[in-house]
Amino acid sequence: MSSETKQILTTDGIPLEVSLKKAEKKNKIRAFLLVAPLLLFLVITYIFPIGEMFTRSVDDRMVTNMLPKTFKAMEKWENLNELPPEEVYRGFYEDYKLLAENQQHGKLGQRLNKEKNGFNTITKKLFRQIKRKKIDESASLKEQINKIHKRWRNVEYWQAIKRTAPPYTAAKYLKGMDMYLAADGSIAQVDEDRRIHRILWLRTLEIAFFVTLFCFFMGYPIAHLLATLPMKYSNLLMICVLLPFWTSLLVRTASWMILLQQQGIVNDFFVMIGLVADDNRPEMMYNKVGTYVAMTQILLPFMVLPLYSVMKTISPSLMRAGKSLGGTPFVAFWKVYFPLTIPGIGAGCLLVFILAIGYYITPALVGGASGTLISNQIAFHMKTTLDWSFASAMGLMLLTGVLVIYWIYNKLVGVDNIKLG
Amino acid sequence: MALPSYTETRYRIWHYIYIAICSFVFFFLIAPLFVIFPLSFNAEEFLVFSEGMKNLDPDAFSLRWYKDMIYGTKNPWGLAAKNSFIIAIFATIGSIILGTLAALGLSSRHMPYKGIIMATLISPMIVPLIISGVAIFFFMAKAGLAATHTGIVLAHIILGTPFVVITVTATLSGFDHSVTRAAASLGSNPVNTFMKITLPLILPGVISGGLFAFVTSFDEVVVVLFLAGLENTTIPVQMWTGLREQLSPTILAVATCLILLSTLILVSAELLRRRSERLRGINR
Repeated sequence: MSSETKQILTTDGIPLEVSLKKAEKKNKIRAFLLVAPLLLFLVITYIFPIGEMFTRSVDDRMVTNMLPKTFKAMEKWENLNELPPEEVYRGFYEDYKLLAENQQHGKLGQRLNKEKNGFNTITKKLFRQIKRKKIDESASLKEQINKIHKRWRNVEYWQAIKRTAPPYTAAKYLKGMDMYLAADGSIAQVDEDRRIHRILWLRTLEIAFFVTLFCFFMGYPIAHLLATLPMKYSNLLMICVLLPFWTSLLVRTASWMILLQQQGIVNDFFVMIGLVADDNRPEMMYNKVGTYVAMTQILLPFMVLPLYSVMKTISPSLMRAGKSLGGTPFVAFWKVYFPLTIPGIGAGCLLVFILAIGYYITPALVGGASGTLISNQIAFHMKTTLDWSFASAMGLMLLTGVLVIYWIYNKLVGVDNIKLG
Repeated sequence: MALPSYTETRYRIWHYIYIAICSFVFFFLIAPLFVIFPLSFNAEEFLVFSEGMKNLDPDAFSLRWYKDMIYGTKNPWGLAAKNSFIIAIFATIGSIILGTLAALGLSSRHMPYKGIIMATLISPMIVPLIISGVAIFFFMAKAGLAATHTGIVLAHIILGTPFVVITVTATLSGFDHSVTRAAASLGSNPVNTFMKITLPLILPGVISGGLFAFVTSFDEVVVVLFLAGLENTTIPVQMWTGLREQLSPTILAVATCLILLSTLILVSAELLRRRSERLRGINR
């Protein structure tokens, strides 16, 4: 064939290639328009708010906007180990006076108190002096303010103000990892007995890991049985997997609360077979045991279903071939069957792990103090301490972890290969 | 699964161990659900099997907790059930409409950026609920929709659409596109083709996605806890409060009703799946 073929024209006289491209473009737009409503809806109500969580978690503009003159003057403060020059005092005095007139000084005191303990007291003292008009604006403000309280003469308090100058801060993220920004700007660890968050992160990972492991060891045999049994039996047994899957999470948690309580059936059974004494029944709820047992049962269907859908496609003749070629059943299983189920194992494990790492309801009900996870901490800060920026920061740290796993999942199995039911 | 007669003893033993393990796991999965049934008919206030129940004494059983659920004074279940159904129905309708349209677009081979768009649409299913809860709460608070039914319905549409998108895309993957082309060549416009040809064929997938969306909404508690005021309480929220305060037998009566409901949903989902496979010509 020659490279110069005659251009084909449509009946309208337009080259076919152009006409096809036009039709293609029309189809593209049509397909996109179908997706657009949902995409737009999700972006507005869901994706943007997650972005907003980020700005909220790093936002520290409050003090920046409250003390503009102070921070401007602080640019001239050279030796940070000595008290700042008169201009800084004047700038701070003017800013603070304006805040006091607008009834905003309390917020500043509280915010600075978080940065350095004892700030609230000395700003209140300053406020009283201003209110009584005891400060002479024509004289040196540095001397007058320093006289109000000895802490104003401590350079650490001025350094603390300076630290709040940047409009953005990573402090919430550091706090989430039990670290903080020390006075000299370096990152320091909090005291060992106050490192609560790191324990929570580790516990979350540990529980998610072991729940995944338990689900795998329990899910693999039954998925295999379901895939190899004749249809009429496997359909019946499938109900055992699907009924819990469709049942309310709270119903299942409630049933575990009944089973695991001290006078519950599991303990009754242990007493009956003589494992424990009747007057010494172990506490199985409100600790890690409860969390493990309940979460494993609740997440097991998510392991079984992907495994089952993969095993269903493996032809039984492969195992027979393996055996007839001289392999024992174990060798045939290990060398032939098991490698073929790896995509299902990957899908099931990652699904269970992702779900377990963000679990909230079950740990909160059966977990007690030693079984709570990072999600419970986020909820606590959202509802009780109202530190929303900290809750956002921890949420995003968790989200980053999940997205990494999701990305791996997508590489291994592909999101469009998720099967439901 | 009978073993052939020539099986060696050790494999025979291994086989029985395997069956025993499987039986244990099936028991572990299903048994907890059946504890609730008898205890919800308990005549006493305690959540343990009384002596009378163990001896099958008819006096030890009663319907008092069911009566309490329906007629009890100051009971929250009536309002909660009403809210739950209203919210779940509207959320399901919303999810079905948005999700089906998106799935139709995504299944077209002309769709640009398919991977990233699919990942975005499915993300509410992957992102931990607590994070979705925080993000949606920020949006609803700003939009003035916190503590309203509308806000909760919108939140549940967000959480429910991924299921519809997935099931409908799966249904469309086995869809024979030549039938829509045939309709078009016979002079039908796209809307007409969709209503007369495509929709009836993908309907099982749409409904089963809708069932997922319904269950998601009906069972959802994390986001509702952030959004709901006293007026918007739902069944899961009431159960959550009840379970945290004290485990009363009334909760078990409610739980029994919920298990019956989920059995109903399971049966319909299963029937739909079979119908869908038959319609798409997949025979097993």
